[in-house]
Amino acid sequence: MSLIATPNIDDHDAFYAELLAAHRGLTEAQSQALNAQLVLILANHIGDRQILREALELARAR
Amino acid sequence: MPYDYKPFPYVAPPGLTTPEPRHKVIVVGAGPVGLAMALDLAARGVPSVLLDDNDVVSVGSRAICWSKRSLELFDRLGVADKVLGKGATWSVGRVCHGDDEIFSFDLAAEPGHRMPPFVNLQQYHVEAFLAERALAEPLVDLRFRNRVTGIDQTGDTVHVTVKTPDGHYALTADYVIACDGARSTIRAILDLDFDGELFEERFLIADIEMEGDLPSERWFWFEPGFHDGQSALLHRQADNVYRIDLQLGPDADPEEEKKPEKVIPRIEKVVGPDFELDWVSIYSFQCRRLKDFVHGRVIFAGDSAHLVSPFGARGGNGGLQDVDNLGWKLAAVLDGRAPESLLDSYNRERVQAADENIVQSSRATRFMTPANGAERLFRDQVLALARKAPFARGWVNSGRLSTPCVYATTAPDDPALPPVSRPGAVAPDAPQGNGWLLNALGRDVVLLAVNCDAPAGLDVPVLRIEVNDLVAERYLGDAERALYLVRPDQVIAARWIEADARQVRKALAALWEGRP
Repeated sequence: MSLIATPNIDDHDAFYAELLAAHRGLTEAQSQALNAQLVLILANHIGDRQILREALELARAR
Repeated sequence: MPYDYKPFPYVAPPGLTTPEPRHKVIVVGAGPVGLAMALDLAARGVPSVLLDDNDVVSVGSRAICWSKRSLELFDRLGVADKVLGKGATWSVGRVCHGDDEIFSFDLAAEPGHRMPPFVNLQQYHVEAFLAERALAEPLVDLRFRNRVTGIDQTGDTVHVTVKTPDGHYALTADYVIACDGARSTIRAILDLDFDGELFEERFLIADIEMEGDLPSERWFWFEPGFHDGQSALLHRQADNVYRIDLQLGPDADPEEEKKPEKVIPRIEKVVGPDFELDWVSIYSFQCRRLKDFVHGRVIFAGDSAHLVSPFGARGGNGGLQDVDNLGWKLAAVLDGRAPESLLDSYNRERVQAADENIVQSSRATRFMTPANGAERLFRDQVLALARKAPFARGWVNSGRLSTPCVYATTAPDDPALPPVSRPGAVAPDAPQGNGWLLNALGRDVVLLAVNCDAPAGLDVPVLRIEVNDLVAERYLGDAERALYLVRPDQVIAARWIEADARQVRKALAALWEGRP
């Protein structure tokens, strides 16, 4: 299996809004903390090292 | 009462008056590694001269956590019962964040091993037990207040110059083993690079005595309420002595922080006012190693070869695993049973182990002392998540405790057999009648026959073991039968579900040649 790089979430606009909503009312530091926890939670859920590696590469790419 | 240091007697060595005959082995440094080295060689019939520049055991408790594998080695050297009797056996660790416990672990969850996962005992007690054995061992010539000042190699001879209270003398030997610690004189004389990473964070380390009955557990705090540094560690040792480590930050002034009027209030906040301070030291640590552990006929073992941070108990235990690996190889080379190339495998395997220890130790250090920015952010959020989600507890790193390295090997293996006993790993212990498998293995090469007969015509001792549930779980898995070739250091050399004499002979040859 490899990293899914095409749309994969049902109603992704709605998820995007939920993501922003989760940050509403947070300070900069609290937002950063939430993002860090999200990364850790999702990375653990994915579990596959190869996919995680590809995700890191995609995020680092300019 | 703090430990009563009784000096060992200095005896003027014969070399001061007449040249000594060439020795087989000179071991330099009578710390736990050097003492264990000389005793292991003696148990294999190899005499050695063991030189120490001092005449007392370790000042301060220093290494305190002795791992299962070290205890198994102590057992072969005849001191395990003393260490177990005197020390504090523990297996439970508790990890706290602030003042709350976020999780605990129990290393003894798996039954059927003679030795516990860890025993805490001050290094001075361990050295005293080993020194007592060494002084009673005719094949160990232990010389106190004998400081090495020079070392040189010509052909197959190592020349050593030694300074005593009565002056200098010279020794020659087939091999020298440098177990002379983090500030190794021999490493300095040979001018060898000792590369790695130096951490700037300073830690306070103290032994305190107190009455009361705290459980024998390892307690670690991240950001404790009682200490404004980033972490604290509490360990129980023997005789109501406890070890406390407090992280002080990179800017702490060692001389200032060592003063009792600074130290005592810090410790009072952890345990209350009723204690006595026995020993205190301020340290920062390093993760570094020699590029090679074998330099001609000078071989490095323990802290002289590699340094790690203390979190994980990988320093003293790593050094003892060097001894485990080197003893049988050097004995076999000296006996002519194995070619000198067997010693290359000491270098290869223990460099692999040192790198593993350094990686583990560096990661733990990084977790405890994160750099500002993303490193700090993720560290703090792992701790926050660990309170609410079990998966994050695995990322909380207060030190990954020492386990023996599984050496890289391409020896015969059958993947249908259990991973725990794969080639390169230490043979897992299991009950055998009223005793234990590791005791039955002893200190020579052996072919373990599990639920079968060994092929006929082999020149190797065969041990047919009793198959019980734990043996089946650790040595058979779903297989009906198996053969295991075990090295003298109890590391699995090769294994098969079925093999003929030719296959076993081939693996035996590889074992004695030290092929990977």
